[in-house]
Amino acid sequence: MVQLVFYVFATILVGSAAMVISARNPVHSVLFLILAFFNAAGLFLVAGAEFLAMILVIVYVGAVAVLFLFVVMMLDIDFTKMREGLQRYAPIGGVVGCILFVELVMAGVHWGMSPVMPAPITGGLGQPGGAATNTGALGNLIYTHYILLFQLCGLVLLVAMIGAITLTLRDRPMGRRQIISRQHERKRADTLEMMNVPLGQGTDANGGFIRPNDSYYVTAVPGSYGVPAAEKREPGEGDAE
Amino acid sequence: MADFFFHTLAGQLILMVLETLAVLVPLLIAVAYLTLMERKVMAAMQLRRGPNVNGIFGLLQAFADAIKMITKETIIPAGANRFLFLFAPFLTFSLAMTAWAVIPTGNGLAVANINVGILYLLAISSLGVYGMLIAGWASNSKYAFLGSLRSAAQMVSYEVSIGLVIVSVLLAVGSLNLNDIVLAQRHVWFCVPMFPMFILFFISALAETNRAPFDLPEGESELVAGFFVEYSSLSFGLFFLGEYANMILMSGMVSILFLGGWLPPLGIAPLTWIPGPLWLIAKILFCLFVFIWTRATFPRFRYDQLMRLGWKVFLPFSLLWMIATAGFLLATGLLPQGVS
Repeated sequence: MVQLVFYVFATILVGSAAMVISARNPVHSVLFLILAFFNAAGLFLVAGAEFLAMILVIVYVGAVAVLFLFVVMMLDIDFTKMREGLQRYAPIGGVVGCILFVELVMAGVHWGMSPVMPAPITGGLGQPGGAATNTGALGNLIYTHYILLFQLCGLVLLVAMIGAITLTLRDRPMGRRQIISRQHERKRADTLEMMNVPLGQGTDANGGFIRPNDSYYVTAVPGSYGVPAAEKREPGEGDAE
Repeated sequence: MADFFFHTLAGQLILMVLETLAVLVPLLIAVAYLTLMERKVMAAMQLRRGPNVNGIFGLLQAFADAIKMITKETIIPAGANRFLFLFAPFLTFSLAMTAWAVIPTGNGLAVANINVGILYLLAISSLGVYGMLIAGWASNSKYAFLGSLRSAAQMVSYEVSIGLVIVSVLLAVGSLNLNDIVLAQRHVWFCVPMFPMFILFFISALAETNRAPFDLPEGESELVAGFFVEYSSLSFGLFFLGEYANMILMSGMVSILFLGGWLPPLGIAPLTWIPGPLWLIAKILFCLFVFIWTRATFPRFRYDQLMRLGWKVFLPFSLLWMIATAGFLLATGLLPQGVS
């Protein structure tokens, strides 16, 4: 029974992995990639590693592949143009593929397999006094035995994250900004003026228009809506336009 | 008889199907009546009557809606990706149903009482975004596509804070099993010591289910109806069912993580006479009422406000709270040991 389930998952995994690189439509490729992730999670479940299976689904399917799909859906792909490029790039691609294949064969031939399997580091799974579930065993291994390596991995990721932010961060002075504290500071008197206008006569105040007070304009933020970034807007300026 | 059900393969299969039906049939009826409840409660809040023609108090309205929806014509827009277009609502619906397998309605009373139950829930709820993304892309419509892009960004943003809230609950429990999470709240529900996290999780649940005030993916005033604008008939109905089933699921998660699941508020005599599943249903109903109440009360967030709230407010706060929880548990020696 377990073997049957394993072969079902493995077949679909390999098949969808093949479809990832052979599907015409890149969105279909990503969807096949998600199917492949799913079946890999299924294989983990068959192996009894339920924690890894769930984490694979949460991290790769739930977050990474969503962003993949997000980007790929927005690509503007012209299929006829892609086919034009095929003949130009096919020889180079073929050469690179051949080199990789030869290297793989060489590595496979010289890969010495030890006849004795080293004892696996289990984190005390199922042993008396050890962790009862593989979640606990993984926690033991990562946070007790390999804490330094784990923290270093985190540091590498942090550096990558800071790098990505630095590369993409730019100050866009022309954008509209919302400063919530300023909005909360607003009083009714700043924006609203109650006038007792006689019937049929209107009012002459402000040239016949009722305008909000000057303080309403977002003068403090250079680069607010309609204001050039460089110069700071003076209160009252432009009101009469 | 018992021997047949527990020891033969056929018996186990029949038992499995029966268990599944015992969860799904009440769930689907609950979804049908949740739509009625929403309309009735919102009507009461807005001084209207709500549906009151079909059956007494409009009780048959849900079925009338269902029959109307099924008998409509299915329209597939020109240029749509036919398979994916029809696949997306099925995905949304089946994911919303699948997640219910691990929800415990009593002590050990779940279809699957698995060790990593809470991770399973997180995984299933994070898959919900695919239904929307695929629907938006396959519709070949700009409104649907914009809606699906919004939903993708929104769900990814709020999942991070949901994950951190769950981690701080798990720190206090010491297990990923949903049953253990409820049993850990025997003495005090987690909504008392972790009140800010309870609020934060509830708001994130609103964003995760695309409910008002975070219903940007389907913002009627900007995107017509968002990602399912091109859907009609049964395929629309499946989206609708999936969305409401997700609401009930999220209410169930709030109840289990913070409101003590099937446990009564106090372990004293008159309260313990009421069976556990009824307590869970009462708590879920309370959460659903707050969901509807929120919808009737608050205007929709703007998109940048939504992103600011998720990344600049919820994420740092939940991270800080998680570290504080871990530090507190370690300092007071309350950290659960050896349960793993």
